Amino acid sequence: MVTVTTVDTLQEAAAGVGREAVYLGGGTLVMRGVNYGDQQISEIVRLRSQDSLRVIRSEGDRIVLGAAATMGDVLRSSDCAALHVVARQVGGPAVRNMATVGGNIFAPHPYGDFAVALLALDARLRMSDGSDLDLETLLAARGSERRLIESVSIMRPAGDDFRFRKVSRVKPKGVSLMSLAAWLPRRAGRIAGARIAYGAMAPTPVRIKAVEAALEGVSLDANSISGAIAAAAQGLNPPDDPLASGWYRTQVAPVHLKRLLLGEGGR
Amino acid sequence: MTKRPVQFQLNGSPVAVFTDEGQNLLDLLRRGVGDLSPKFGCGQGTCGSCTVLVDGEPRLSCLTLAETVEGQSVETTNGLANGPDLHALQEAFMENFAAQCGYCTPGMLMAAKALLDRTPRPSREQVIEAISGNICRCTGYEPIIDAIMAASGQPVRRAG
Ligand SMILES: Cc1cc2nc3c(=O)[nH]c(=O)nc-3n(C[C@H](O)[C@H](O)[C@H](O)COP(=O)(O)OP(=O)(O)OC[C@H]3O[C@@H](n4cnc5c(N)ncnc54)[C@H](O)[C@@H]3O)c2cc1C
Repeated sequence: MVTVTTVDTLQEAAAGVGREAVYLGGGTLVMRGVNYGDQQISEIVRLRSQDSLRVIRSEGDRIVLGAAATMGDVLRSSDCAALHVVARQVGGPAVRNMATVGGNIFAPHPYGDFAVALLALDARLRMSDGSDLDLETLLAARGSERRLIESVSIMRPAGDDFRFRKVSRVKPKGVSLMSLAAWLPRRAGRIAGARIAYGAMAPTPVRIKAVEAALEGVSLDANSISGAIAAAAQGLNPPDDPLASGWYRTQVAPVHLKRLLLGEGGR
Repeated sequence: MTKRPVQFQLNGSPVAVFTDEGQNLLDLLRRGVGDLSPKFGCGQGTCGSCTVLVDGEPRLSCLTLAETVEGQSVETTNGLANGPDLHALQEAFMENFAAQCGYCTPGMLMAAKALLDRTPRPSREQVIEAISGNICRCTGYEPIIDAIMAASGQPVRRAG
């Protein structure tokens, strides 16, 4: 049996989560659990209105997304134009009208495609207790986090500096075999400070620092990126699931990374 | 289990019912209100047969906590026809053999309505995208896509 507590502020909701309640974002995962009798969910805590947490705004060279912004909100936001390619690949239209940014950060494998993009774009989180945290730190300890996310601030990528690919078996709305995001800022044509993130290749979205290091100072052509491609699956131990084995995922990672960095065909 | 009162507009008429804690909107519509048009398929958002419109947007009623629609407008397939006068989409589904077993049809109709309400003359690609969250195991989708194109007053078949 599930009880539902409705509160007015994120801080009150966080206090509830501290007592083992599950916070309801858009509910696409929480309600699936409720429908199937997930014993972990005995109490849901929800906000009376999530409207104030749905705002997306520009802040200098960054974009701030409220944690309750849905994929649909992202698609309607011109500030988020670079992220449209990502939001469009999360579920079908009805899922996108419900699935929130905050929920995507907590979505278990193989979900979390949007979080992969956020990770590549240097996401910093404003938490319910007013503190700031980078997304990478949160993901590393996601299971024990009891605070809630209020908003997410990301870099606004210039030109084609941001790339995203979702590899799935069912088009148009299959889950990820692997998703990849790259932020590739360039100085005089050479990459400076790249951030590369994968989804469905580890229990949470992860940065691939070996690839980032191999891309430093190189230009984006097939020869120059060979070191990065060689490091594509370095140190990863991807999970097996019904879509693909972990072994398969490591074998195809270089193929998809190359396609991501060089464009469709990757040549 | 505590009952919660919830009030919303259903197909333009006010509804006031009690919801059980944790009850989803699909269950409330079917068992609480008696609107059997949205269907239970998978209970996990994958099949789309429970699709309804909430404030004009397609949503999965099986994944919507019922009490969250307080004060909102919910549309289901039950609200499409006006007595014997079918909605243009229903006519087109009939004409184009877009329903076979019919189980996905209410969800398909609502997904299509959401599209046509915003984009009265969609491209075939937009139609495909709009129903991409709805599974049909009978038709192979083409008759459904044709029907939605027809309802928008456009030619049904792809050139070539
Ligand atoms: C048919 C279907 C297809 C899907 N396809 C995809 C896909 O292609 N890609 C993908 O990435 N996902 C997919 N999903 C999974 C899911 O819809 C998304 O990951 C979504 O973004 C989750 O957000 P939510 O708001 O619905 O989460 P909820 O179900 O509300 O919550 C999920 C978890 O996040 C926590 N949470 C929510 N908001 C916050 C917050 N602000 N702070 C802290 N914790 C929070 C909740 O407590 C819960 O533990 C799919 C789901 C379905 C049903």
